[in-house]
Amino acid sequence: MVRQDDPRPAFSSDPIILEMRSITKEFPGVKALSDVSLTVRPNEIHAICGENGAGKSTLMKVLSGVYPYGTYTGTITFQNEECRFKDIKSSENAGIVIIHQELALIPELSITENIFLGNEPTRFGSIDWPQAKRRAIELLARVGLEDDPDTQIKNIGVGKQQLVEIAKALNKSVKLLILDEPTAALNETDSQHLLDLIRGLKSKGVSSIMISHKLNEIEQVADSITIIRDGKTIETLNVKADGVNEDRIIRGMVGRTLENRFPDRHPTIGEVFFEVKNWVVQHPQVTERLVVKDSSFTVRRGEVVGFAGLMGAGRTELAMSLFGRSYGTFISGQVFKDGKQIQLRNVTEAIDHGLAYVSEDRKALGLNLLDDIKRSIVSAKLSKISRADVVNDVDEYQVSESYRRSLRIKTPTVNEGVSTLSGGNQQKVVLAKWMFTDPDLLILDEPTRGIDVGAKAEIYGIIRDLAAQGKGIIMISSELPELLGVSDRIYTIFEGTITNDILASQADPETLMRSMTSTKRKVLS
Amino acid sequence: MTVGPQTTETSRFKITDIKKVFGSGQSNLRQFGILFSLIAIIALFQVLTNGLTLSPGNLINLVSQYAYILILAIGMVMVIIAGHIDLSVGSVAAFVGIVVASAMADWGLPWPLGIVLGLVVGAAIGAWQGLWVAYVGVPAFIVTLAGMLIFRGGNQLIGNANTIAVPEGFTSIGAGYLPEVGPNTGYNNLTLLVGLALSLAVIISEWRSRRTQRSMGSVPAPVWVSLVKVIVLVFVIGYAAVLFASGRVGTSLPISGIILGVLVLIYAFITRNTIFGRHIYAVGGNKHAAELSGVNSRRVNFLVMMNMSILAALAGMIFVARSQASGPQDGLGWELDAIAAVFIGGAAVSGGIGTVAGSIIGGLVMAVLNNGLQLLGVGSDRVQIIKGLVLLIAVGLDVWNKTQGRPSISGLLTRRFGSTKPAAPVQFEAPQIETISEAPEKVLPNGGTPDSARPGAVTRN
Repeated sequence: MVRQDDPRPAFSSDPIILEMRSITKEFPGVKALSDVSLTVRPNEIHAICGENGAGKSTLMKVLSGVYPYGTYTGTITFQNEECRFKDIKSSENAGIVIIHQELALIPELSITENIFLGNEPTRFGSIDWPQAKRRAIELLARVGLEDDPDTQIKNIGVGKQQLVEIAKALNKSVKLLILDEPTAALNETDSQHLLDLIRGLKSKGVSSIMISHKLNEIEQVADSITIIRDGKTIETLNVKADGVNEDRIIRGMVGRTLENRFPDRHPTIGEVFFEVKNWVVQHPQVTERLVVKDSSFTVRRGEVVGFAGLMGAGRTELAMSLFGRSYGTFISGQVFKDGKQIQLRNVTEAIDHGLAYVSEDRKALGLNLLDDIKRSIVSAKLSKISRADVVNDVDEYQVSESYRRSLRIKTPTVNEGVSTLSGGNQQKVVLAKWMFTDPDLLILDEPTRGIDVGAKAEIYGIIRDLAAQGKGIIMISSELPELLGVSDRIYTIFEGTITNDILASQADPETLMRSMTSTKRKVLS
Repeated sequence: MTVGPQTTETSRFKITDIKKVFGSGQSNLRQFGILFSLIAIIALFQVLTNGLTLSPGNLINLVSQYAYILILAIGMVMVIIAGHIDLSVGSVAAFVGIVVASAMADWGLPWPLGIVLGLVVGAAIGAWQGLWVAYVGVPAFIVTLAGMLIFRGGNQLIGNANTIAVPEGFTSIGAGYLPEVGPNTGYNNLTLLVGLALSLAVIISEWRSRRTQRSMGSVPAPVWVSLVKVIVLVFVIGYAAVLFASGRVGTSLPISGIILGVLVLIYAFITRNTIFGRHIYAVGGNKHAAELSGVNSRRVNFLVMMNMSILAALAGMIFVARSQASGPQDGLGWELDAIAAVFIGGAAVSGGIGTVAGSIIGGLVMAVLNNGLQLLGVGSDRVQIIKGLVLLIAVGLDVWNKTQGRPSISGLLTRRFGSTKPAAPVQFEAPQIETISEAPEKVLPNGGTPDSARPGAVTRN
């Protein structure tokens, strides 16, 4: 049974800014939240942890008025007043602002225009731009952003965009800030900056609720942690008092201790079968910029090759340019497979030569979200189940059904739409899609991004099995523990250049990070 | 309470099975609502016009009057699935019409060659527009808006803004009927044979689909569902065949109706069962994902635009044949009728969603509405207003239903029915599968998922 801890065990006399009590939210046929309670104190950073589909986002949508009062049961008390939000506007008026993972900024408008969007200061009925700009400069200073407020949003990076979102929230005199995966798209530096900012806001009286999969960040900034599993509150931990660490959080999230997050492997690595020599790729728009510079690497049969690099280092660009020149402008370089030079001028050629590319953005680049599971799985190699260009429905069903079973895709039938699946299961569909093309080399770009701990372990298992079948695997990842745990050998990339080639057994995070942040080329082993 | 699986499957009546009578696939379910509306509209006008709507003469007239719009709708739904639009079809139809008419009048081109010429000109126009859309990357809206002006002007330039008559042989594709052959039965024998053939095809395809479902490991709908479905369809086909066959002497099933029927079958098959068809949906649903799966999206866009112009050429020739002459005002506003038919038939503005069958039903709704109002003597001014409102309400209802997390009007109806009968033993699997097959419809036209959808649809990453 689920342990229903008293949400405020030791310090019940402390003041409370937000109390959500016994929230239950049902969708047709599914109970998304069942009797969930959440208590946030003033000047606190409160993390909410849980696997994908556990109900974290639903809870936050209830809190921010996306699901209006009446569509759920339970009470919300904010600053000692019971709240019945009918939409986002009413929760914002109360001082609760949610910042979604997909930023709600308009790329073509300036920073100022975005900050005051929907909330424009007016004077005699027209927008008072001078005042808006003065105010914008103040707000930007508070979030530590030094850019000109007239800059268009599209011209600043994701990290800065995130800061603009927070400035926008501050303008609404926010008391409680909800951040949904705020650092998912940020690199280390930007993440750190953001976390520092959230901590700074805390000292100025703004509490935060933070949803994140990055447990190390939670451990670092959170004061308390509420863990949700299967739509129920499991426990609320006080970080300092309870001595919380990552393993402790994971135990709560999955209901068991993940003894070994990475599967045991006994790799049997064959000879080099795939080799890239002197690969050079130009930026698609900025022609003077080379995103991949003179890179050479090899992959052996049955080997998992990790690619480590910070965001923007050129990992994805390298992978996509190899995969049928899907990115940038090809300048020069050669690809050899089984000793013979091959041409990969378009995606079809790449697939025919046994390459598969699982992109880092499965919603934008990996799947047609309008499609059902079975059609998605066969979509990259329809010819395999077709005769005279006519698709055989029965084969399609049987193929996808066998992948559903072998990869344990959680769905009643393969006729279901892929949009109904959780992130982890969508990723399995993408993997199945590429396994169906029967590739020799699978390029997995951030294969576990945004998916929960349990599904990650399953993906690692699939990678292991594919390598055991003698396929070569390239795994691009931002998570160093994952790279070290899954790969046999790791290349590091910095600014489009391969800077190191090191056996995973001899690598550690510090070594990798050094090579990921420096052009100094080590002697390749 | 335990109910044996055999008894539930064969004898127990489940309200959710009713929908299966109209088809088991998701795309079929989507069309259920609009099919229901079509039947209701036909019934309404049948009553209002005192049986005139379903009289042989009116039915024959209806088909030959709207066949060309429906042919346009076939091409248009493919264009719209791929994420484009074609505003030029009316002008292209008129241009091809005048080219063919003047070629036959001035050069004495035999009429079969005239048809071939028309199709070739259509293909050339389509290639021209496809080139701009697919390879230059100009939005189809602009390319075909230009085409609308260019080919309307072209029609008037070639014809000197005059009308050119076409020879008699040519008129058969627009004004011809199945000939009278065989013994005098009081009916048109060929039309009855067509009806018989179609009925047999329905029976065979239902039997095959049951066999396919079984080999896919899924339990097919109860046998009575198939039986009812086949009986209803055979009855409808048979009744229609008798109506068409009992028209005034010399008239029967119009040739243009046969052309339309054959095209519907061919294109429904292409869009549903071929690799090319899958690629159209893939490009419209997510172009980048399609390209990274090895789909040549440019080729798909090119072919879809080209196909549209070929069908527009055919529609133009059928119209010219029907009116026995090509004129400068031919095809005015056709593009809008075709686009309306496609959207009433359930296609999404942002692409990726739509079916040939749905668009045909959507087109028939507009046709029956138009025809019925005319029979009632409603002026064309009011007919237009009503048609506009129907388009708005049909698509509006669809959108509203999706944002409510309900799949369709039909889903709502049957669900309400089901819940008011709590005593009915509802099998675990059947309703489950129902909700699942409806799930993809909760995806909004813009490709996102509504927040109100089941949490399964709200994927967080």
